[in-house]
Amino acid sequence: MALLTQYVCRALPGIGKGLFRGHGGQGAVALKGMFMSTTAAASRAIRGRQLTQIRGNRLNGRTRLIHSSARVCNGHDAAAYIQSGHVKSVQRENVKKVLVVGSGGLSIGQAGEFDYSGAQAIKALRESNVHTILVNPNIATIQSSHDLADEIYFLPVTPEYLTHLIERERPDGVLLTFGGQTALNVGIALDDMGVFARNNVKVLGTPISTLKASEDRDLFSRALNEINIPIAESVAVSSVDDALASAEKIGYPVIVRSAFSLGGLGSGFANDKAELQALATKSLSLTLKSLSRSRSRAGRRSKYHMLRSAAIKIIRHLGVVGECNVQYALNPNSLEYRVIEVNARLSRSSALASKATGYPLAYTAAKIALGHTLPELPNAVTKTTTANFEPSLDYIVTKIPRWDLAKFQYVNREIGSSMKSVGEVMAVGRTFEESLQKALRQVDPSFKGFMPMPFRDLDKALTVPTDRRFFAVAEAMLNQGYSIDKIHELTKIDKWFLGKLSNLAAVYNELREIGSLYGLNRDVLLRAKKHGYSDAQIAELVGSTELEVRARRKRLDIHPWVKKIDTLAAEFPAHTNYLYTSYNASTHDIDFNEHGTIVLGSGVYRIGSSVEFDWCGVSCARGLRRVGMKTIMINYNPETVSTDFDECERLYFDELSYERVMDIYELETASGIVVSVGGQLPQNIALKLQETGAKVLGTDPRMIDNAEDRHKFSQMLDKIGVDQPAWKELTSVEEARTFANTVGYPVLVRPSYVLSGAAMSVIRDESSLKNKLENAAAVSPDHPVVITKFIEGAREIDVDAVASKGQLLVHAVSEHVENAGVHSGDATIALPPYSLSASVKDRCKEIAEKVASAFQITGPYNMQIIEAVNPEKPDVPDLKVIECNLRASRSFPFVSKALGVNFIDVATRALVGKDVPAPRDLMKEKHDYVCVKVPQFSWTRLAGADPFLGVEMSSTGEVACFGKDVKEAYWAAIQSTQNFKVPLPGHGVLLGGDRKELADVAAKLHELGYKLYVAEKALHKKLAPVPVTVIDFPKEKRALRAVFEKNDIQAVFNLASGRGKSTEDQDYIMRRNAVDFNVTLFNDVRCAELFVECLKEKLPLVLSEEKTMPNEVKRWSDWIGSHAL
Amino acid sequence: MLRSFFSKNCAGRALWSAEKRAFSSLSIKNHERVLPKRTFFKEPPALNEIATLTIRNGPIFHGTSFGANRNVSGEAVFTTSPVGYVESMTDPSYKQQILVFTQPLIGNYGVPSSEARDENGLLRFFESPGIQCAGVVVSDVALQYSHWTAVESLSQWCAREGIAAVSGVDTRAIVTYLREQGSSLAKINIGEEYDADEDEAFTDPGAVNLVSQVSTREPFFVSGGDGSLNIAVIDCGVKENILRSLVSRGASITVFPFDYPIQQVASNFDGIFLTNGPGDPTHLTKSVANLRELIASYNGPIMGICMGHQLLALASGAKTIKLKYGNRGHNIPALDIASGSCHITSQNHGYAVDVATLPKDWKATWINLNDQSNEGIAHVSRPISSVQFHPEARGGPMDTYYLFDDYIAKAKEFSKARAAATASA
Repeated sequence: MALLTQYVCRALPGIGKGLFRGHGGQGAVALKGMFMSTTAAASRAIRGRQLTQIRGNRLNGRTRLIHSSARVCNGHDAAAYIQSGHVKSVQRENVKKVLVVGSGGLSIGQAGEFDYSGAQAIKALRESNVHTILVNPNIATIQSSHDLADEIYFLPVTPEYLTHLIERERPDGVLLTFGGQTALNVGIALDDMGVFARNNVKVLGTPISTLKASEDRDLFSRALNEINIPIAESVAVSSVDDALASAEKIGYPVIVRSAFSLGGLGSGFANDKAELQALATKSLSLTLKSLSRSRSRAGRRSKYHMLRSAAIKIIRHLGVVGECNVQYALNPNSLEYRVIEVNARLSRSSALASKATGYPLAYTAAKIALGHTLPELPNAVTKTTTANFEPSLDYIVTKIPRWDLAKFQYVNREIGSSMKSVGEVMAVGRTFEESLQKALRQVDPSFKGFMPMPFRDLDKALTVPTDRRFFAVAEAMLNQGYSIDKIHELTKIDKWFLGKLSNLAAVYNELREIGSLYGLNRDVLLRAKKHGYSDAQIAELVGSTELEVRARRKRLDIHPWVKKIDTLAAEFPAHTNYLYTSYNASTHDIDFNEHGTIVLGSGVYRIGSSVEFDWCGVSCARGLRRVGMKTIMINYNPETVSTDFDECERLYFDELSYERVMDIYELETASGIVVSVGGQLPQNIALKLQETGAKVLGTDPRMIDNAEDRHKFSQMLDKIGVDQPAWKELTSVEEARTFANTVGYPVLVRPSYVLSGAAMSVIRDESSLKNKLENAAAVSPDHPVVITKFIEGAREIDVDAVASKGQLLVHAVSEHVENAGVHSGDATIALPPYSLSASVKDRCKEIAEKVASAFQITGPYNMQIIEAVNPEKPDVPDLKVIECNLRASRSFPFVSKALGVNFIDVATRALVGKDVPAPRDLMKEKHDYVCVKVPQFSWTRLAGADPFLGVEMSSTGEVACFGKDVKEAYWAAIQSTQNFKVPLPGHGVLLGGDRKELADVAAKLHELGYKLYVAEKALHKKLAPVPVTVIDFPKEKRALRAVFEKNDIQAVFNLASGRGKSTEDQDYIMRRNAVDFNVTLFNDVRCAELFVECLKEKLPLVLSEEKTMPNEVKRWSDWIGSHAL
Repeated sequence: MLRSFFSKNCAGRALWSAEKRAFSSLSIKNHERVLPKRTFFKEPPALNEIATLTIRNGPIFHGTSFGANRNVSGEAVFTTSPVGYVESMTDPSYKQQILVFTQPLIGNYGVPSSEARDENGLLRFFESPGIQCAGVVVSDVALQYSHWTAVESLSQWCAREGIAAVSGVDTRAIVTYLREQGSSLAKINIGEEYDADEDEAFTDPGAVNLVSQVSTREPFFVSGGDGSLNIAVIDCGVKENILRSLVSRGASITVFPFDYPIQQVASNFDGIFLTNGPGDPTHLTKSVANLRELIASYNGPIMGICMGHQLLALASGAKTIKLKYGNRGHNIPALDIASGSCHITSQNHGYAVDVATLPKDWKATWINLNDQSNEGIAHVSRPISSVQFHPEARGGPMDTYYLFDDYIAKAKEFSKARAAATASA
């Protein structure tokens, strides 16, 4: 058994939870440990039996020794340990075909880390010659590629679909622990339904009984009591009254948690009755809750080995086979601890632990599931030592989550026990200060590091944890003169961390006092760099520029050193290519003799930039390797496959800033940089890289700049005769008012350099315009704000394309289901388009060709085009370009997989000018299927946010499925979104909103046999003659919940034309509570219409007694006719 | 309870008789536990002074001092332990070494009290009364600490104990050098650069008998359990937690100096235990000779740890060798050959047993999965065994605690058999 209690576990809770979360008096700080366990014997015993009978087993797996003479040596020996013959494996699980269950669309709490861990698992299976079937509707993942899995199904991860799939494929084994909570829940359901037993499918790794025990609070506490491990006192409750009564008994404060949920969904702290009532009302819409008494606030440090031993005891007792995660609460002033929870599966933090230590947890867990034991597996890094060890780190890792809360209206920014972050970063340094400042910048490049930020109520900002608390500490320390003791009193952050932050403050003050670039001597500058100060940050403090600081730094011979991450603190030589940079060093660990090509990754996952760009980065790196080039990947996101060290020749786990990329470029004397596959982040530094001498591959960065500058872009479109909506660059409110009146409302307001629709919005009247302009202008003062005529009721089209030297090579024309106005990231998109005319498709291609030629594009690019009715020529619609990015867009994996051609591979060849394929018109080829992409939202996580679609993106992920037509594909895709439940005839559907199309939707739902309800008399009249019942609609949550339950409401169709004006708005309340009560919600007219069509076609099959195999249960390779991707 | 021999103020009759029984035949004097004299220094830490680590015939590393203002010399070794700098620094096996920590942040939780004792009178937090290594080298030291047991900072502690300490050096570069070149002699100089030509000689701790510097001067007794089980401990530089591991399992222990003729008194004991210790085992010729006689004359269980393991091997007729750079860390996989199970172990040694030289009535029982060096031996038919790693942990994983249970069980069995034999006689 090996245990990975990585250093991040020590630094991390203090940062992630201590600095941001640790709330005075109650925020229990979790310490986490990762475990690899091969207690196979114990697990066999546990299968299907009571936990009480299981005792720990000291034997680690089933290893036999066949040879016992040993040479004495020290350190490595080329004759690998495996060949030493000391350990020999015995019988493996006898499986030839294994189903791997993926986690589905990315959502808050279940994100890219499961692509990474699933990909690792499949790699491990493939190595063992196991035929792998993957089911995962997340089409943007890297695991869903024939490079890895033998067959792939883009289908909902639900018991129904998996039953069909298992009957079709007849696998002899299944892996449930690599697809997050989704896979685990489905696995438990399938086991309960007897599907595995009936089809002779063996559950590999941790057995179902253990999975259940770790999820079920009652079983769990019983099991831990048996081995005298203390857990947080808890009571399982199933009603609000029950909860209140129990809380009286165990005493406040309490923490409410949901069983079988992920990321603490529906959980939170309650200090008294009122708070508990509010919390429980919401949480109890989920399956099963438990209340835990929150004990004393836990500390940063532990009796490390005490917790380690406790964890080993727990997993042996539970019978974990594979990977496991244990969270503790620890009293900072004693040895008292409590187990908070145990995840008997790959967890969110597994990916982080793997990246932080270099130990491939998921890969190893998959090998163990196949029956291997740790001693017989080699250490993946050294290759000469064994996997049965615990990593030792000689660097500091800091993880900070990324929250995108600012993007949502009415959302609660406080951070608590329910996860709200959309991504995370990991920073590596050799001091805490260095690694922390790196991490802060990685979270958002607009943060320069540990810098102050003004707060209206600083003490409150310090006391109540939000996503900004870090900067409140900086403000208190740097500008307001708070003492460490005072900050500690307010924040309860451990003084050790505050001491470290005060080290940063000392350097900050020193730089500020010097105040000039030439006042910086080598000593001061080196100290600043060792404390993680960036050139730009130093520039700000001494009144200089980033490039001037860089020049001075280089003149003083100060540069970062390159170090390896090798799991063993250099004790054994490792030929690893997993690297980071640090100023706290005096030697390089590597030679710079490869001159590889740099690929810039996408950085932190956030709304608008997610696993799609990881797919692009990995595809590019693989493409470069295919044409025989060496690759250098730079990225810092621990949830990614691109940061796997076997995906490239050299991996720099480091910042994507100009400074760091240029440092690496110069050290490596790299042969070029790819900036077009990592989303917006690399694009933003492309021009600067080129201007300071780097060779940027592909489209000239000056052209990128032209395309990103609204003004220059429009001029170019005018020049080449491509239509666009009327627009104007905004210099004053008055000018804007005049322009809006000329073109007529609504108008779209947005700043340049838009990322995922940030600060964009549709304005419908003059007062809103004035109001908006001030906010939008404040977003990015360096770039002008542009207003555009907004065309309502228009269809939107996405064009993804690749060009070489201005010539179009491949392109895809996809059709949005929603009308223009919904951000393309939130749109439901079909490919091939199902209703566009041939001439429109041809005209889209012409536009793509003109743009490619005008901007001399080499590489990937993407355009959004709207198709609007031309009143003068009704049969020839207008096609207007509304957006163009000279880089890969988030839809590249979708179009590539839907059409069976890897666009990024084509782009990569174009970028390096090697084996560039001939142009191919994919849209002219015959496709007897449609692939539909549907967004995955995380509304339930974002308390208070309005579930309404607009030009600002709010989805966190996406899923896509194939079907014979758009209806079949949409039917499968919408069911692939998390917790989607198909409402069944005979049950209630609540209608709301002001859109006229609601009448038609209502009529069809009535025909299908649903009971229809509305919340107001007026709507009742509007929908006549469709019979609808008016129900009470109390605004108070608990009462409303009762109404929903009484009327058996299974779905809400709220089709409104605008956002709720306030939190009192009835439509807002209806949408919000549908989400909070976990009731299916449709909030877009076109999607509602399409879904009703789907119901009409698919309900007969759903309701029939015969369980016929649905047509959409088909392998991806069968749909596209190849295994090419 | 830690007591002197023949103490008159013992708590209960059982203990008194246990003690008497154990020592009635010994012709030794009544002694308190004699701990080595420690010199304390009054000067504050030499902070912000330049400090230099010079490796003989190797590179020079410049950093900042945070310990005593003294130049020291010793053997440079590295440990990969993630936690437990206090335990490591007070471990007598590090005597005279310059300890390089690969863990990048050292000092976070300060230093707990050296006075604190547990219910048996053993040191609560330390593995011996003070710092044993000659100097420490770290990447980054925390001058501000935070922990509920801390009474002073690492820096203050080093200064008080006269230990040179360097921070702000590239520890990975040092480790890489030591890994390639092997453990090397080194020195730490505090203050301005010095002229290498005028260098005084490097002290070679391998050339001297370090055990004699850390072993108890006189036997002492620690009572445990009901006094019915008595173990003799040969102290080669014992870690406090080894004593605790025996006492907490109900054994009363009598701790003897490393060169005590144990074979002469062994018959009074239910088991003999050989401890860890610093340096080259081949310096301890007298101990080895004693052990050889012991094995020949004593039928009870004998267990050794670390240095004790090597001494046992030497006594059996096998040889030891010096490892290139040793094994020091808490993450080292050791495979139990008989059961096939692998355990993560705590280790600290620079020498190892050469199994090829083991006589035929001995067998290898454990093996290091990283470098295949020997981790344990046992007699093929008698209850004599030893391990190279540290089952007592502190710091380190507690996975092999069970070895103490096994040993105590054997001792009890032997005790019972002996009692039965006496009764029937």
